[in-house]
Amino acid sequence: MAAPLLEIDNLSTHYVSARGTRVIRAVEGVSLRLGARETLGIVGESGSGKSTLALSLVRLLPPSGRIASGRLMFEGEDLLQKSEAEMRRLRGKRIAMILQDPMASLNPLFTIGDQVAEPVRVHERANRSTAWRRALDLLKAVRIASADTRLRQYPHEMSGGMRQRIVGAIGISCEPRLLIADEPTTSLDLTIQAQYLNLLRELQQAHGLALIFITHNLGIVAKMCDQLAVMYAGRVVEAGPVRQVFNAPAHPYTQALLNSIPRLSDSRRRLTAIDGQPPDLAMLAPGCAFAPRCTRAMDRCRSVAPPSTSMEDGRKVRCWLLPAGAGDLAGTVQSGAA
Amino acid sequence: MSIVEAERLCKHFPGRRSLFGAHSGVVRAVDGVSFTIEPGQTLGVVGESGCGKTTTAKLVLGLEQPTAGDIRFEGKDLRALDAAGRRHYRRSIQAVFQDPYASLNPRMRVGAIIAEPLITNERLPPSKVRTRVLELLDLVGLASRSAELFPHEFSGGQRQRIAIARALSLSPKLIVLDEPVSALDVSIRAQILNLLRDLQAQLGLAYLFIAHDLAAVAHMSHAVVVMYLGRIVEYGETHMLVRAPKHPYTKALFSAALPSRPDEWREEIVLSGEVPSPLRPPPGCHFHPRCQLAMPHCREHAPRLRETEGRHIACHLYAAAPNGKVEAWPAGR
Repeated sequence: MAAPLLEIDNLSTHYVSARGTRVIRAVEGVSLRLGARETLGIVGESGSGKSTLALSLVRLLPPSGRIASGRLMFEGEDLLQKSEAEMRRLRGKRIAMILQDPMASLNPLFTIGDQVAEPVRVHERANRSTAWRRALDLLKAVRIASADTRLRQYPHEMSGGMRQRIVGAIGISCEPRLLIADEPTTSLDLTIQAQYLNLLRELQQAHGLALIFITHNLGIVAKMCDQLAVMYAGRVVEAGPVRQVFNAPAHPYTQALLNSIPRLSDSRRRLTAIDGQPPDLAMLAPGCAFAPRCTRAMDRCRSVAPPSTSMEDGRKVRCWLLPAGAGDLAGTVQSGAA
Repeated sequence: MSIVEAERLCKHFPGRRSLFGAHSGVVRAVDGVSFTIEPGQTLGVVGESGCGKTTTAKLVLGLEQPTAGDIRFEGKDLRALDAAGRRHYRRSIQAVFQDPYASLNPRMRVGAIIAEPLITNERLPPSKVRTRVLELLDLVGLASRSAELFPHEFSGGQRQRIAIARALSLSPKLIVLDEPVSALDVSIRAQILNLLRDLQAQLGLAYLFIAHDLAAVAHMSHAVVVMYLGRIVEYGETHMLVRAPKHPYTKALFSAALPSRPDEWREEIVLSGEVPSPLRPPPGCHFHPRCQLAMPHCREHAPRLRETEGRHIACHLYAAAPNGKVEAWPAGR
C-alpha cells in the first residue's frame, strides 16, 4: 500500500485555561489514516472533539488550544514541524476547509467574485482578470445559474444553498488534495442537502479529492463515506470501513447510537435510548468515558481506559469487551446483517 | 370527535412596504390548508423552510389569526367561542418549542416555570400546586429536587423535559411540538422521542409534530401532511406515505432523506433549483418548475387536494376520476 495522503498518529489537542489550572482534553490519542480520493466521516456529538480534530489538522486552533502530542503527516510532510508561513501557504491550497455556517464564512462586504478569486490570487499570484475568469468557471462548476452576474453580487443576495455552494467553490479553487467539511449541510433543507452532497461527490471524482466529513449525522456518513471514525469524549472509540461499522458495530456506543436513530424503513419501532448524557470533558473520570452510560460496563471499564484494539477486518475499537486480536464480539452482533 | 379540524385555512402576510407605504404583494404563508387532529394521535407536518409549517402551528395555537378559513375545536368554530370557551381552548392546546435554551426563563426556578400556567389558569392553593409540580417532574423523568434549580443547571435534554412538563401542567389535549429534538444531541433525541410517545400512550395526548427530520416524523406520527409553499401536496396515513409516496414532491423529499445504512438502496430523485420565494410563487401548481413530470396544464391550474388511493394528493397526475367528470386530462399526456 502506498503511503496514505494523511496520517494522524496519536494526536492529542488540549484546551488550557488562562492560568493553566484547567485542562480540557478535547482530542486524546487519535490515530487515523486517509488515502487519496477516500472519504472519511468523523461522527460525534457536540463536545466529542470532532471539530477540534478538524481545526488541529489545519492548525487553526483558538489561542487556548494546543496540540499536546502526536504527529500529523500530510503527503509525507509533518504538519506540526511547519512554520506558520508554511502553513499559510498550505491552507486553502493543498488542504481546504468548508465550515458549517456559509453566512459566517463569507465576508458581507466583498463581492462573490472577489472572494472566490482570492485564494487563486494569493496562492497562484494570478492577476485580477485571470482570477476572475477562474472564479467564473468555479461558479459554473458548482452549478450557479447566471454565474457572471452572481460574481458581482454580495453574499446577502444569495440563498443559503447558493452560499454553501459558493463556499464549496472557494474550497476547491486551488485544487486541494484534501477538503475538510465541518457540518457542511446542517443549515440546508433536505432537497438542497441532497443536491449539495451529490455536487461534492462529483467534485471529488473530477478533482481526485480526499474528503473528511465532520458531522453528527450518521445518514451523511452512510451516503458519502468509505471510512468512519466514531468519536466520544475526545477519543475515537471505533474506526473502520463504513459498511462493517454500520452492519456490525463493535463498540457499545456505536451500537447504541445506531439503535437510537429513527429509521424510515421501520418507523414505529421503539427507539433504544442511551441513558444519561455526554460527559463534561473538564471532569472526566478515569476509565472509559462511555462507561457511565454503557449497559455492559464492567469494573475494569470504570478504572482503566481501554486501549485501541485492532480487529481482523482492519477496524480499531477501544473497548474492554474486545480481547486483543479477537473479532468474535462483532460476529455475534452481526446476525442478519452483512 | 376530532380535537382540531382546520378547513381551507389561510394566512396571508402583507409583503414588504415600499417607501410610500404601498404593499408589494402578499406572502401566502398558508394557503387553503385542511387537516384534522384526532385524540391520542399524532399528525406530522413536513416540508422545507418557507413551506408554512410554523405558521400552521401558530394558527392552531391561536397565536395568529387566520386570514380565511376555519378552525374547529371539538366541533365548535373558534370564532364563535365566548371568552370562557377561548380560555378552555387555550388551556387545551400547549406547545413545546425547538430551543430549550430560549424557551425557559433563566431567572425562574424550574418549579416556578412549571407552576406558572397553573397559577395563572387555576386557582389552586400553593400546596396543591407544589404536589402537581412534583407529579409533573416525575412524569417527565426528572428528580423532585429539580424544582429548586435554575434552567442553566440542566443539559439540553433535561431542559426539553422541563418544557414538556410545563406544557403538560394544564392537562392539555393537544401539544404542538415544533422541532422538539433538533436542538438536542443525537444520543439524547431518542430519550425525548420515547418520552413523548410514552406520555401519549399514558395520557391520551394528541400531537401536532413539526420537524424536518423525516425519519423522526415517520416514527412519531399516525398521519403526515406534506407541505410545499403554503399548500398541502399530500396527506395520508404515515405507513402508506412512507412506503409509497405518490406526489412528485413527496417522492423527491423522501428520496432526499439520508439512508440509515450504507447499502440501503434508494431511488434517487435530485430536484433541480430551490424552493421559490413565497412572495412570488409560480402560477398553477407551485411545484411545477422543479417537477420532472410537469405537464403544460400544471403551469396554469393549481391542482386541488383530492382523495385518491387512500390518501389526499394535490397533483394533476392523479386527478382523473373514474367518471371522467372532475377535470379533463391535460393535453400531451
